[in-house]
Amino acid sequence: MQTFVLAAALLLMMSFAFRLGRGRALAVVGGEPRSLHSLPSYYGWWVALWCGLPAFGVVAAWLIFEPSVIRALVVAALPPELQMLSEDKVAVLINEVHNAALGHPTTNADVVTAAEQYTRLRQIGFAAVTVLSIALAMIGTGFAHRRITATLRARPRVEATLKIFLVASSTVAVFTTVGIVLSLLFEALRFFHMVSITDFLFGLNWSPQMSMRADQTGSSGAFGAVPLLAGTLLISTISMVVALPLGLFSAIYMSEYAAPGFRSWAKPALEILAGIPTVVYGFFAVITIAPMIRSAGAVFGLDVAAESALAAGFVLGITLIPLISSLSDDVITAVPQSLREGAFGLGATRSECIRQVVLPAALPGIVGGVLLAVSRAIGETMIVVMAAGLSAKLTFNPIEAVTTVTVQIVTLLIGDTEFDSPKTLAAFALGLMLFIITLGLNVVALHIVQKYREKYD
Amino acid sequence: MTASLNAMLPLGTSKVVAKDLNVYYGDKHALHTVDLDIRAGEVTALIGPSGCGKSTFLRCINRMNDLVDGARVTGALTLDGDDIYDRSIDVVQLRARVGMVFQKPNPFPKSIYDNVAYGPRIHGHAKDQTELDEIVMTSLEKAGLLGEVEDRLQESGTSLSGGQQQRLCIARAIAVQPEVILMDEPCSALDPIATAKVEELIDELRENFTIVIVTHSMQQAARVSQRTAFFHLGKLIEVGDTEQIFTNPQQPLTQGYITGRFG
Amino acid sequence: MTEMAQSTTASRRSAQVVAARLGRRYSAERTFRLLGLAAVVISIGFLGMLLVSIVGKGATAFLQTQVALEINFDPAVIDPQGTRDPAALDTADYQQLIRTAMITRLAPDADRTTRRDLTAMISAGAANQLRSMVVANPALIGTSHAVWLIAKDSVDMVMKGQASRQAGVGGNTLNERQQGWLSDLESSEQIRKAFNTTFFSVGDSRDPELAGIWGAVAGSFFSLLVTLVVSFPLGVAAAVYLEEFAPINRWTDVIEVNINNLAAVPSVVFGLLGLAVFLNVFHLPRSAPLVGGLVLALICLPTIIIAGRAALKSVPPSIRQAAAGLGASPLQIVAHHVLPLAMPGMLTGTILGMARALGETAPLLMIGMVAFIVDIPKGPLDPSAVLPVQVYLWAGSSERAFVEKTSAAILVLLLFLVAMNMVAIVMRKKFERRW
Repeated sequence: MQTFVLAAALLLMMSFAFRLGRGRALAVVGGEPRSLHSLPSYYGWWVALWCGLPAFGVVAAWLIFEPSVIRALVVAALPPELQMLSEDKVAVLINEVHNAALGHPTTNADVVTAAEQYTRLRQIGFAAVTVLSIALAMIGTGFAHRRITATLRARPRVEATLKIFLVASSTVAVFTTVGIVLSLLFEALRFFHMVSITDFLFGLNWSPQMSMRADQTGSSGAFGAVPLLAGTLLISTISMVVALPLGLFSAIYMSEYAAPGFRSWAKPALEILAGIPTVVYGFFAVITIAPMIRSAGAVFGLDVAAESALAAGFVLGITLIPLISSLSDDVITAVPQSLREGAFGLGATRSECIRQVVLPAALPGIVGGVLLAVSRAIGETMIVVMAAGLSAKLTFNPIEAVTTVTVQIVTLLIGDTEFDSPKTLAAFALGLMLFIITLGLNVVALHIVQKYREKYD
Repeated sequence: MTASLNAMLPLGTSKVVAKDLNVYYGDKHALHTVDLDIRAGEVTALIGPSGCGKSTFLRCINRMNDLVDGARVTGALTLDGDDIYDRSIDVVQLRARVGMVFQKPNPFPKSIYDNVAYGPRIHGHAKDQTELDEIVMTSLEKAGLLGEVEDRLQESGTSLSGGQQQRLCIARAIAVQPEVILMDEPCSALDPIATAKVEELIDELRENFTIVIVTHSMQQAARVSQRTAFFHLGKLIEVGDTEQIFTNPQQPLTQGYITGRFG
Repeated sequence: MTEMAQSTTASRRSAQVVAARLGRRYSAERTFRLLGLAAVVISIGFLGMLLVSIVGKGATAFLQTQVALEINFDPAVIDPQGTRDPAALDTADYQQLIRTAMITRLAPDADRTTRRDLTAMISAGAANQLRSMVVANPALIGTSHAVWLIAKDSVDMVMKGQASRQAGVGGNTLNERQQGWLSDLESSEQIRKAFNTTFFSVGDSRDPELAGIWGAVAGSFFSLLVTLVVSFPLGVAAAVYLEEFAPINRWTDVIEVNINNLAAVPSVVFGLLGLAVFLNVFHLPRSAPLVGGLVLALICLPTIIIAGRAALKSVPPSIRQAAAGLGASPLQIVAHHVLPLAMPGMLTGTILGMARALGETAPLLMIGMVAFIVDIPKGPLDPSAVLPVQVYLWAGSSERAFVEKTSAAILVLLLFLVAMNMVAIVMRKKFERRW
């Protein structure tokens, strides 16, 4: 709240600086704007930027680093025996301090002292930042104001600053990727110090139970990821069995057979399927589809698990139908009409033309679309979290319950995350694996589409 | 509908007859009351300036106009005396009897062999693989392409040069063993050498097929055809023996076009 | 045979052979076409099935069963000292008043088990209802009033038809006696279904009849606000740079490849990033919409950039050249001409990105927005849940009443999504230009 007030004050100062700058520019040339290098408003912007950028920089730095700095200070001020506690216990303690500072009552005296200090530190820090930023704003304004002359090239300077902002924004994407890779790698490497990588990649047993108390020796957990991969593969396969025929045939019908009127409402209807959040599909799977499959199974004398791979895969497939349909539609429409005319000229029926000429020509694009859909299926989380189970069984039987990579990532991390235990770090190792697999699929998909695409000229 | 054959018809008999043919694209009246005889075993050239309706007429003969939204045909168009536009006519069968070669070569992105084999396959012409091979080889030979591609039949049809691609399309059309072959400006996308080869081919094909060719080039019409029909603004202006049309046209419009005054 | 005759025989065979196969080919054609139509119908059918299922289970959540009881605001219970001290009023045993009223009305000579059965039909929140009434108006003490009190979820489900009317059967969790009392109340019209304002005004609760989505809605609002504030300027700036200014070199290539790859990364991975960096390194407050909003911003950013570039690309070069010809600097060309024309497309892309962010669940689970939060958040820094996470949490409870609430929450979520998509579509149509 206070930060908003400070930000608002700084913005007000900036607008004031703008007016000052513009006024000065006009004054310097005796009211004749054409003698100025740039438009007067650019001089205003220049001063405003000198006022605001350093000040907001300080505020931003405060916002980003304040929690860590204050935390470190508070921890340093704790009684020595509390400081020696493991990382996660300290985290819990700090949490209590936060809550105490927010006004929740507590009986722990250490916490109370720490909370008071925490509040004090924050207030001091904020006061310092306020003073510093306002001072910088004023200094900046003064400095820039005095340097205004008729020949000062305000516009290029302002534009250069803007360009820097544009470039910086573009690199956010790179930084995000780097951030993802680094954070995953870092934690995954820590994991691989505790569990060997071969055990992880080739182990057939997944039961991440960890010793509950610090004095229990050894880890009783097994971290073999093969059952997870098998489960992911099973559910993804089932989803493609549903999505591919329905998606492809929908695309064929809508691009080759459907009347424009039909297409105009059917296509948006299909897109709606894509817009529904996956958590809704997960609920639908649990409430409606899974019971249906169970009863159907009972009719055939099969004992279908309540959280069968079939239920999860089926609903996941429904989610993917619009993706395959729209990607296939695009490639089918891109096949030139001259090929179709060639087929018709020879006396082919429409389906013969589609099956034997259009589809083979569109095949690379369709395969690319399928790979993208598989990548999406592998990375899907909510449907499988809700509809698939936690039992890491290594099976390819669709009526049994299996678990997937994404389910485990979520399960391992819900609740207290102790960043020292293999359980938590295993999630990052799984995340790294997932990232590599989906990235690989996307690259292959793109490659296939580009390499095998016929050049129609 | 009994299939009558080129061979049984003496040269000069009508193969395709248009009587009072009108074509509308929506509100646009594209062809006005055309009466035209296409004779068996001959090459008939359709000439005229752009947009005069010659391609429209050509596309009526194998009902490719059906693919255009809002296309309407009135009047009579017969093949061996049977009305093409009758409701009982199967378009698929019609197109097996009337083949087409397009302006821009459009080989399928399949192998050379599969391109030629496509027609016979879907219509079920060959009993077995040997017969299919025979049909493919014969068609390629008749199209004058066999010598150039016989050692690479599995390569993609699109890897050939422009002229070779067009001869491939001709081979593809021949493989279905049609009675009539329609050609819509088949050489306009080809270089002069390839054009010469195709024109030579057309002359050879005349022995076994009735050919109707739309062309922009009067010289080509003169070289290749026995009869020529001149279209202008959707109307058939004059039709007659090629030699007569080019040396002694009856209609002033024809004369104007021939001498290059317009078009 | 002469060549002519050979081709004669060949042509004759072809016409007959063609005719024979034709029947089969045409039926294959019909089947193929039918398969296509069936695929479309089945796919859309799934959508219908989903909607019917959810509406059927959730529509009744917008109503709330209430029981009218004659409450005697007994001073002996509420304010024995007679001081009207607010603290005392606050902590009085209002449950006792309810018990007395129930006993009087339904079973005057009730024994212990009967009393338990009786009070089990009224929600625990009813006591709070009475509390707020008395604290707001102490003059009530000593009077007797009929008050509509919230009924327990077991009663609620029967009244709404989500459970059968037969005790213990088909989801009905009442016993015979309770079922009898229920019918009794019905016949004297002391039980009604009113609009469920609770659902829209409070946060989560352990009791289904007291659970509301307002906390989650506020959480979603603050999260999306943060997402918008962060991703829109960054996205537009990046799109402008990449489309208008970036030189064609390896660095630009790297950026473009990165953006395309990020668009396809599963959202769980972004959750991991948020956990590792925002929570673990920067120690930002857990479960706060600020962190959720930042993670969602990273997820939306590639989409906004790609849509923004498409919008910028669609502005014809002729306009840029005209401006350049008049002496505008590259930045001025973009700011004065290109950007305003491309803005509708960018906004549409942003709105659609926000709509997707609204439905994201997995990454938010991992940064902790999954706790049981009762209070309504007042800002981006207060711990909260978001709507899809609330759906996930409620979906985990097997009580029939929570199934109803989950479905209703889904309906509210879908409503927001439809609204956002409508805005995007209307905007696209209105500002569509034909160059």
